[in-house]
Amino acid sequence: MNRVYLDFNATTPVEPAVLDAMLPYFSADFGNAASIHTTGQRARAAVETAREQVAALIGARPREIVFTSGGTESDNHAIFGIVEAAGGHDKHVVTTTIEHEAVLNVCQALEKRGTKVTYVPVDSHGQIALKELRRVLRPETVLITIMHANNELGTVQPLEEIGRIAKEADIYFHTDAVQSAGKIPIDVTALEVDLLSLSGHKFYAPKGIGALYIRGGTRLRQLLYGGHHQRGFRPGTENVAGIVGLGKAAEIARRSLADDAKRVALLRDELQRGLLERVPQSRVNAAAALRTPNTTNLIFPGVGGEALLIALDLKGLACSTGAACSSGAVEPSHVLTAIGLPPEEARASLRFSLGRHTTPADIDFALSVVPAAVAQLRELSPTYRKEATARS
Amino acid sequence: MSMNASIEFDTLPERPEAQRGLVAIAMSGGVDSSAVAALLQQQGHAVVGLTMQLWNHRRLPELQGDGPVQHRCCSLDDVYDAKSVAQHLNFPHYVVNFEEQFEARVVRPFVEQYLAGRTPIACTNCNTDVKFEPLLRMARQIGAERLATGHYARIRRNEESGRWELLRARDDSKDQSYFLWGLSQEQLSRSDFPLGELTKQEVRELARGANLPVAEKPESMELCFVPTGNYVQFIHAYSKERGIPLQNSSGEIVNEAGDVIGRHNGVHGFTIGQRKGLGFAAGKALYVLSIDPEKNRVIVGEDDVLRKTNCELEEVNWVSVEKPPASLRVFAKIRHKHEPAPATIEPLDSNRARVNFDAPQRAITPGQAAVFYDGDRVLGGGWIR
Repeated sequence: MNRVYLDFNATTPVEPAVLDAMLPYFSADFGNAASIHTTGQRARAAVETAREQVAALIGARPREIVFTSGGTESDNHAIFGIVEAAGGHDKHVVTTTIEHEAVLNVCQALEKRGTKVTYVPVDSHGQIALKELRRVLRPETVLITIMHANNELGTVQPLEEIGRIAKEADIYFHTDAVQSAGKIPIDVTALEVDLLSLSGHKFYAPKGIGALYIRGGTRLRQLLYGGHHQRGFRPGTENVAGIVGLGKAAEIARRSLADDAKRVALLRDELQRGLLERVPQSRVNAAAALRTPNTTNLIFPGVGGEALLIALDLKGLACSTGAACSSGAVEPSHVLTAIGLPPEEARASLRFSLGRHTTPADIDFALSVVPAAVAQLRELSPTYRKEATARS
Repeated sequence: MSMNASIEFDTLPERPEAQRGLVAIAMSGGVDSSAVAALLQQQGHAVVGLTMQLWNHRRLPELQGDGPVQHRCCSLDDVYDAKSVAQHLNFPHYVVNFEEQFEARVVRPFVEQYLAGRTPIACTNCNTDVKFEPLLRMARQIGAERLATGHYARIRRNEESGRWELLRARDDSKDQSYFLWGLSQEQLSRSDFPLGELTKQEVRELARGANLPVAEKPESMELCFVPTGNYVQFIHAYSKERGIPLQNSSGEIVNEAGDVIGRHNGVHGFTIGQRKGLGFAAGKALYVLSIDPEKNRVIVGEDDVLRKTNCELEEVNWVSVEKPPASLRVFAKIRHKHEPAPATIEPLDSNRARVNFDAPQRAITPGQAAVFYDGDRVLGGGWIR
């Protein structure tokens, strides 16, 4: 069966050039980057090159990059690290209602330990109100953690302004940039962020490798204890091949980001326009917001997103709805609820996320299968008929 | 192994209209629905597996106990089992979330019925209002013509009457037709029960023959959403979570004359005909005769008082026949393990009916169903008021 993949926000394939760069570090140059001998030194050199490549992608200095196992570890490290270094439970953290679980669930864990957390709401376009952010800051606020781009909507938060607010109030600022790194330009200096999480497999590096940017001079406690790797800050023998892959992917992203973004945005807009034309009553979620160029999230009223997802998968089109729970079943999206969608509309929403390898033929395929699938679902949907009758 | 081949070709009902097109299988992760998948695939059907996520077992943590929840419906283990069967047989499989519908149409009514002094059957509600309603609809929405399940019962089209008939399973010891009386003609017309002609032993053999990873899995006997099997504890925990007021739990146990002869800890802990757990020793054997939730009373008496010859039904559904214009002679069954007894059904206005048994029946219980049979055919059924 012809399979078309429009779920690049979930994960991306490893770029062939990335895989090529990694391969020598499995068997030929297998050294431990912490070893003193030549074999180890070669691994060390590869790791340090990768550190420079990752730093270059976000305008950081190499020594400000710590390699981790991915976005979740980076978020845990940043948030727990800042709060614990600041003395823990009587402190206050500010975040938003649309964060990824890797941030939300860390905040909930902090709350159980007594730390206060404020969840700043977003408007119907998925943007936080800066006024509200200023209002909730307190003398004991030690961290603002706000994602750069949202995984479900693609909405981008105004990090410059948030960074400025944080700096004025002398509060550390962390951003989860897992969905923006490699898709839109990031400059940690311009954005005034102190900590930034990124994940390799979202931009054509393998799964299981990520990084945390920590601005020089930031006080945070380490998450893991062990050997002296990464200056003792993130112990554990370095995943050399993964790190090399992350570096190579960062380098490719830095060079091709502008072209990729332009090309992918055109395809995304064509998909969006085509679906709006072909599917009656469809709407785009957070359409008016600044969004990552590859993401669009649409409501198809009267349709269960879960059934639509399965129907499309059986026809060969991969996309996504909400977040999956441990059994793999779809749960109502907290993000769509946070932008004010009633439950039935949140359930009727579907995310399409494009990537570097998406072709015009992929978009044509999606435009040929989605409208028919929606029509088929609606025919059997009691709610859609009722809605249609009520309106006529 | 050789047995397997004979099962698939000799004993399945001829259903030519079901031989083409995609069939969805409701997969619980147990051996029965897994065997359905193997069977339909061997018959050349394109199949897709759907496993319902019905209840979040992390809810009501006080019911969790210490160890992991194992071998219960809709636990993660069962989802993984269903998935591994689909992987083994190489067909697409999805977990679909029906937690909201399950709570609204099964769990909450279950709790409310117990609190009202009745003894509900959650499985019937789940069949009528979840499996063969939103799940069947979803199956059709994703392109499947029919939904197959692991139920032990049979469906047959009566060419003369034009109706879809529901029949008891060939294996009487496994027959589940008692739980399926609520299905409409539309629901029956789109459902397949491929195990209806097989014995449990044959189903096991089929699963072994297909090397299914669940071939030796033990059967689940408990209600799927009550992981401990202790439903009284579940009712307490759920009511607390949802803010449903529990009657001042302690109340009186009285005899027919109204004399107080003991105390109980909540009417939802009792069912009609129950002897054990009355909490006191009596000279003669005493049984629960009725439950009065308003006065928070349990009324007890001797066995002979427990026998009654009639009851009234509500929400009656006629299955293999249309609603009869006049009384009808049937065999009626008033609980799953009840021997069908000769009776006359008297249809009343709207969808109510009266059942008059030829001989008194023991412990006719409000909340259970009376299901009417004519031989193997399920004529209809209704809830006992």
